[in-house]
Amino acid sequence: MTLEFKQVEKRAGAETHIYPTDLKLEDGGFNILLGTTLSGKTTMLHLMAGLDRPTSGQVWFNGKNVTGAPVQKRNVSMVHQQFINYPNFNVFENIASPLRIQRTPAAEINKRVASVAELLNLAPLLKRSPHELSGGQQQRTALARALVKDADLVLLDEPLANLDFKLREELRDELPKLFENRGCTVVYATSEPNEALLLGGHTATLHEGQVTQFGRTEEIYRRPKDLRSAQVFADPPMNTAPVAKRGDTFVLNETVNWPTMERQRTLSDSAYTVGIRPHHITPVAGRGHAVPVEGEVLITEFSGSESVIHFRIGERTWVSQSQGIHPFEIGSRAQFFIDAANCIYFGPDNELVSA
Amino acid sequence: MTVKLTNQKAWFLVAPVVVLVAFNAVIPLMTVVNYSVQESFGNNIFFWEGVKWFEEVLHSERFAASLMRQIFFTSVILLIEIPFGVAIALSMPRKGPWVSVCLVLMALPLLIPWNVVGAMWNIFSLPDIGLLGKALNSLGIGYDYTQEPISAWFTVILMDVWHWTSLVVLLAFAGLSSIPEAYYHAAKIDGASPWAIVRYIELPKMKRVLIIAFLLRFMDSFMIYTEPFVLTGGGPGNATTFLSIDLVKVALGQFDLGPAGAISLIYFLIILLTCWLFYTLTMKDEAQ
Amino acid sequence: MSKINLRELKHSYLENPSRDEDWALKGMDIEWSDGGAYALLGPSGCGKTTLLNIISGLLVPSHGRVLFGDEDVTDTPPERRNIAQVFQFPVVYDTMTVYDNLAFPLRNRGVPDKEIDPRVREIAQMLDLEEMLLSKAAGLTADAKQKISLGRGLIRSDVNAILFDEPLTVIDPHLKWILRSKLKEIHRQVGSTMIYVTHDQTEAMTFADQVVVMHEGMVVQVGTPIELFEKPQHTFVGHFIGSPGMNVLPCEFDSGVPRFAGHSIETASTSRPAAGYSRLEFGVRPEFVSFCPDGIPVEIVKVNDVGRYRIVDTRAGDARIQILVPEGESVSLGRAQVQFDPAHTQIYADGWIVAEASS
Repeated sequence: MTLEFKQVEKRAGAETHIYPTDLKLEDGGFNILLGTTLSGKTTMLHLMAGLDRPTSGQVWFNGKNVTGAPVQKRNVSMVHQQFINYPNFNVFENIASPLRIQRTPAAEINKRVASVAELLNLAPLLKRSPHELSGGQQQRTALARALVKDADLVLLDEPLANLDFKLREELRDELPKLFENRGCTVVYATSEPNEALLLGGHTATLHEGQVTQFGRTEEIYRRPKDLRSAQVFADPPMNTAPVAKRGDTFVLNETVNWPTMERQRTLSDSAYTVGIRPHHITPVAGRGHAVPVEGEVLITEFSGSESVIHFRIGERTWVSQSQGIHPFEIGSRAQFFIDAANCIYFGPDNELVSA
Repeated sequence: MTVKLTNQKAWFLVAPVVVLVAFNAVIPLMTVVNYSVQESFGNNIFFWEGVKWFEEVLHSERFAASLMRQIFFTSVILLIEIPFGVAIALSMPRKGPWVSVCLVLMALPLLIPWNVVGAMWNIFSLPDIGLLGKALNSLGIGYDYTQEPISAWFTVILMDVWHWTSLVVLLAFAGLSSIPEAYYHAAKIDGASPWAIVRYIELPKMKRVLIIAFLLRFMDSFMIYTEPFVLTGGGPGNATTFLSIDLVKVALGQFDLGPAGAISLIYFLIILLTCWLFYTLTMKDEAQ
Repeated sequence: MSKINLRELKHSYLENPSRDEDWALKGMDIEWSDGGAYALLGPSGCGKTTLLNIISGLLVPSHGRVLFGDEDVTDTPPERRNIAQVFQFPVVYDTMTVYDNLAFPLRNRGVPDKEIDPRVREIAQMLDLEEMLLSKAAGLTADAKQKISLGRGLIRSDVNAILFDEPLTVIDPHLKWILRSKLKEIHRQVGSTMIYVTHDQTEAMTFADQVVVMHEGMVVQVGTPIELFEKPQHTFVGHFIGSPGMNVLPCEFDSGVPRFAGHSIETASTSRPAAGYSRLEFGVRPEFVSFCPDGIPVEIVKVNDVGRYRIVDTRAGDARIQILVPEGESVSLGRAQVQFDPAHTQIYADGWIVAEASS
């Protein structure tokens, strides 16, 4: 099962929602569309499903041109951010609904609904109606409906965004397992970089209607093609600053500089943009090349097991992310350590030169 | 290979609506337009008259008089029914068993057919045997709607208020029940007075349904026919001859099809224009 | 302004609660000092909204008293409690301008205009609303409307407390962190007692000096963000705070020494539980589990690269142990041995920590 976009473009009036895009989604894989709100994720999903028609370009599915084919003919299933179920059907009927439309025999329906319900821990709830379920159970029901159909293409539009934090953690863990060995192509839209990393598979980074990069999720995270892809794939945002390479050192300002790594020896001496992920600037010196910097603490945030600290050096704001809870007095001066070994560098055109 | 693009069969699903609208609206309207520009002396013989009937109607004192009566009637009942309906809705309970009791009581007048309403009030107001008529007269108020224009107007308006205020109440109540509880909590915490709650929360949140209520009541009252016809027959004299009653007199009483067609079209345009103006003006803020 | 005292508070929505589950709040005593920043944190259905409604006066508790300073306000209606509240969804007066919205609570209390004006401008500046002071509130985005609601909550300087009920629900995810830290900053400037209800641990821990964690109608821990992370008083806190949550593993005592999977474990406290418990566990966060050559044998079943670290999923028999491995260390599937950091390993009996009272 492959899904291919050939120069697909979507415009509405004078606005361009999706710029001409070439994209080939892997055979039976788990694919992630990563981008902020309004970056075009939902439009992309609608184009894939056939809910929207591209303004120009073609959509190919399994070697067939399906551009403009209505969604009913495409064996697609979709799960939305809102929990969408038929309110006056019970859970069983909700899950069975796509099979009823396909006129599947009753015995077959019973068997398939039972197995999907088992998989999603819905077996004891089959007789309930959706309004008697918790948010997590409602979304499981919607997922079950998408799964039971054995669709070729499963589209998930931020399915976990409306769930409580811990429930999200739990379902996120289960999701990739659910689709393993089913042979369908899954596309999962999310605005959270951490979610993309946890889900694995392949990722397309989306920025203002353009796919900036597509490849294996870890690969994109570690070797972003350019500054924009790196920024889409960073939460909290990646720290960037102009640096100058002079011989064996990178110079940030008069007081802060650090040695080049082995892999950066070949770069010519000139101006670059350094990208430092927040977890490579920590209040405690890590192993390796820790470069001390001092700044004024602006904001501290705690996420339960991690601290995010915003601080200022000169005019520029930096973000540090570290494990554990590290309280700082707002407005105080504090020392942080840059992990020089993990800095990445972009050239003058913002293309990656060294990761 | 290419998959077939769009399914054209869907057009058939629209066909019944097209047919229905044609028979229901377009064809009758065209017939009226047809009459309004021609003169007929029977036997299905017609002469082209252009805009003659329109000029005649617009210059006729009779049309002006019934139009003024109509405007006066509609204004009076709107001025009474809308505030009165809102007031009743505001004072109704929002929760508990009494809600359904109140709603059913409110809905009762709406369930009674127009001609029955007319007949009911006809009898109810008779000065010699009707409860209302007799009571008023025994209080020393000279009341006789069959003889006296002021009594007739009073009765017609009272009947309309009785019949239709409920509609405003139900719509306003629906608007009120859609206001989230948090608004009331917030207002209490902000120290808002009961009047401030009505002024800044309930009325603004009811705005949309009140516009609907206003439009419905405007259109219905402007076209009112059956109830005053049954009650007063347009009298005494021409005192309660509203536009529609007059129109029927012209069309069926005198069989002047041309002028009747012209009156119908002018009538239609007045309603259309007023509704459009009102709607665009009130919705101007919402559009942003 | 005054401190807030909740005494022996219990509440049930039923007429005659009999069983334990009938209580939405199962009894609590809390004291909040004047000017503090507090959070009520817990999953949906834990009773935090019930508690908030009792504090604001929308609900009268079935049992116990609410005191603001020395005054018993248990039966006082919300409008007479002198509190401010910000709701989950924006509440704005559509027909008023942003300025009038902010001034509304002051005008209702007869504050003279010349005192209102500087206050409105000050609050508008804190929330970046200055630009839109004269626009009608109706046409604004949900973000801006919620800022107006926040502003109306903050405008009165004499309130006993400001209550926030999941105030960032409608805010766009990419603006959330800005407002989140903004609220903290505002608390510093305004100095009122603030109580923030949320299910989001980041919002709670970022905002509050003291976090009250609730679970099934009970307060399971009141503590600073560090205490919640390093020394959860209940296994629920360990599970709920942190991502992934704490490993909670079964253990047993063998001549006073806790043992797991045939190995003895060192723990932070040498206290032992009184007899009569039915379930004995120990808890250790994934951050404090590491590989070591002669530790407890486990089977690594999954490695999840999250960029800044990897989450390693292992099994020791039936027990699941998650480990956080820093970036750069190699991990491969198969057998391994792990150890637990004794300083961060705690014993729990029936879910509650077994330790000497914390200092």
